[in-house]
Amino acid sequence: MTTTPAAIEAWASSRYKYGFVTPIEADTMPPGLSEDVIRLISAKKNEPAWLTEWRLKAYRHWLTMSEPTWQNVHYPPIDYQAIVYYSAPKQKKQVGSMEEVDPKLLETYRKLGIPLEEQKLLVGVAVDAVFDSVSVATTFKEKLAESGIVFCSFSEAVRNYPELVRKYLGSVVPSSDNFFATLNSAVFSDGSFAYVPKGVRCPMELSTYFRINAAATGQFERTLIIADEGASVSYLEGCTAPMRDATIKYSTIQNWYPGDEAGKGGIYNFVTKRGKCLGRNAHISWTQVETGSAITWKYPSCILLGDNSVGEFYSVALTNHYQQADTGTKMIHIGKNTHSNVVSKGISAGHGQNTYRGMIKIGHGALHARNYTQCDSLLIGDQCGAHTFPYIEVKNSTAHMEHEATTSKIGDDQMFYCNQRGISKEDAVSLIVNGFCKQVFRELPMEFAVEAQKLLAVSLEGSVG
Amino acid sequence: MTEDVNATPPTQPLLEIRDLYASVDGHEILKGLDLTVNAGEVHSIMGPNGSGKSTLAQVIAGRDSYQVTSGTITYQGKDLLALKPEQRACEGLFLAFQYPVEIPGVTTSYFLKSALNSIRKYQGLDEFDAADFLALVKEKMRLLGIDEQLLHRAINEGFSGGEKKRNEVFQMAVLEPRLALLDETDSGLDIDALRTVADGVNRLRSPERAILVITHYQRLLNYVVPDYVHVLVDGRIVKSGGRELALELEDKGYGWLEREAECTLVSQ
Repeated sequence: MTTTPAAIEAWASSRYKYGFVTPIEADTMPPGLSEDVIRLISAKKNEPAWLTEWRLKAYRHWLTMSEPTWQNVHYPPIDYQAIVYYSAPKQKKQVGSMEEVDPKLLETYRKLGIPLEEQKLLVGVAVDAVFDSVSVATTFKEKLAESGIVFCSFSEAVRNYPELVRKYLGSVVPSSDNFFATLNSAVFSDGSFAYVPKGVRCPMELSTYFRINAAATGQFERTLIIADEGASVSYLEGCTAPMRDATIKYSTIQNWYPGDEAGKGGIYNFVTKRGKCLGRNAHISWTQVETGSAITWKYPSCILLGDNSVGEFYSVALTNHYQQADTGTKMIHIGKNTHSNVVSKGISAGHGQNTYRGMIKIGHGALHARNYTQCDSLLIGDQCGAHTFPYIEVKNSTAHMEHEATTSKIGDDQMFYCNQRGISKEDAVSLIVNGFCKQVFRELPMEFAVEAQKLLAVSLEGSVG
Repeated sequence: MTEDVNATPPTQPLLEIRDLYASVDGHEILKGLDLTVNAGEVHSIMGPNGSGKSTLAQVIAGRDSYQVTSGTITYQGKDLLALKPEQRACEGLFLAFQYPVEIPGVTTSYFLKSALNSIRKYQGLDEFDAADFLALVKEKMRLLGIDEQLLHRAINEGFSGGEKKRNEVFQMAVLEPRLALLDETDSGLDIDALRTVADGVNRLRSPERAILVITHYQRLLNYVVPDYVHVLVDGRIVKSGGRELALELEDKGYGWLEREAECTLVSQ
């Protein structure tokens, strides 16, 4: 094929920009998993006995499960005894304010472009930063507290709001849900916790940033977002349980280390994300941009239980080199007049394999449910693949379903048109890919949309030969 | 002293094509084409279907599916064939496409701003910010009578034939090329769109610029009056003349020239 080989090579050879390691003293457990390790994690975090028991129960269940094999990704078997399950940056004492945080940590976040320090005021994003396994600092906590909103690390929530955590933990993703989620229930180290009380609109975007620093470490984060009746919250980057008339908007950009050009190394990203629209008129919107990870296994889902509730899923997944992604969504319609909207944009380049897997389920009682699914694939080069597995299960004859799918390539004529206007090959690829993703990008909060565009452009850096 | 003058002769043509042979998929289309275009001139290339008119435009713009097998193209004293398509564009070459492509999700505004700033960067000029750019495009739209809605639409997506051609001329007006090639920009246009196209071309006319109008019909030439008309038959220019040649072609068709060309080949 003659299309854009130089631009693709340039893209294919661009390096992972965030592959730096911060030399921070860490409190790291030896690799391996056992009941003792779980007790130790729980003890290190001063958790109450009920939570330790909850973890152990999950672990015992996990031992009876086997890893799923149905997904369209291939990787050597994972040795779960070779993974480090807990690694925390050593700190002399509990962090009370931003000034007390280890400057090296802040430097790391600065490199990542995270608005943690003064910038936080300008950007207006409340950030909970998770470094390896523990949450380091939560910005804007006081300001949020004025509206009665709780936004803190999971560990802090366990200490300060144990009744809330106990009520909602595992209510959406039960500890026995699936192989990876069950493992997470046993060993989760930290994450974010948000609670927006009745009728409160969260005044700012809430955000969590995760980074894996220590080698051979598994990051097992768990996030729980609760929007009570009439509440509204937008969360950038976990699990959710909105009540009546509540809205949760969840946006994420994932740029984990994808491995090298030959497909060696890289992060495996196995995630369970689920939202439950419990009450009437609840609304959950997932937006994801996946550009990193050697393997992505992720299906942010919505359970549309309340009547008139709405679930949305907007996704951009890009696979390059030897990256593999098997991602999509599940929309489970249970309540009456429930609506769901799915827009998936998959981009494959290099030897990347991109799979969309989506399930739309309409239950017996889901009168007048509606789903619209649009699934588009863009192929760059001739070594990559795009796959689509839509599952549709309808048990109510009043349901209205639409599924549209397209597969396209960046055409020679599109490239030439751009070149003839003075636009270089790599800028042209970036322009065309951004145009392809536009429907999703416009769902992202402003600063995220800019970030997402940059991320795609960065993948194309390194001029044409 | 005198050598300085020779270094930049004032009479250097803007575009000079010498004995050009080009093929596509192994088929030879251009067979020894010669053409000289000076700054300030408007040339029209006419000819029957399949004579190589569009091939000429694509070869000048640098489409890689067309292979130049021999001959030279010199543009502003430079070897044009050594430049990539985007470099040619940055050097002031513009092609109004016969069939402009759609790029879904990319607005005309975003596309054109990227193009303009790529060219400005190449030429060592400051890039335009959003405000400067908007002022420029609004002015051009006003002059050409083009609806501002166009800016927010994905480029060429769902455009009618006429809208696509107008969009090409609008882009040309914004990018202000040194050499503009119009590849059958007039085909399939109603009279209003034809006037927009002609207006855009005429506004571009200046002593520093040249325009090459490739057309099948002489209709556009009623509005854009060329300095020279060339007839392309079977990959070569077989006749050149002034404005009146176009009118003669309309009257007599291409048949007599094709027969003349055959005779020339036989006698060779």
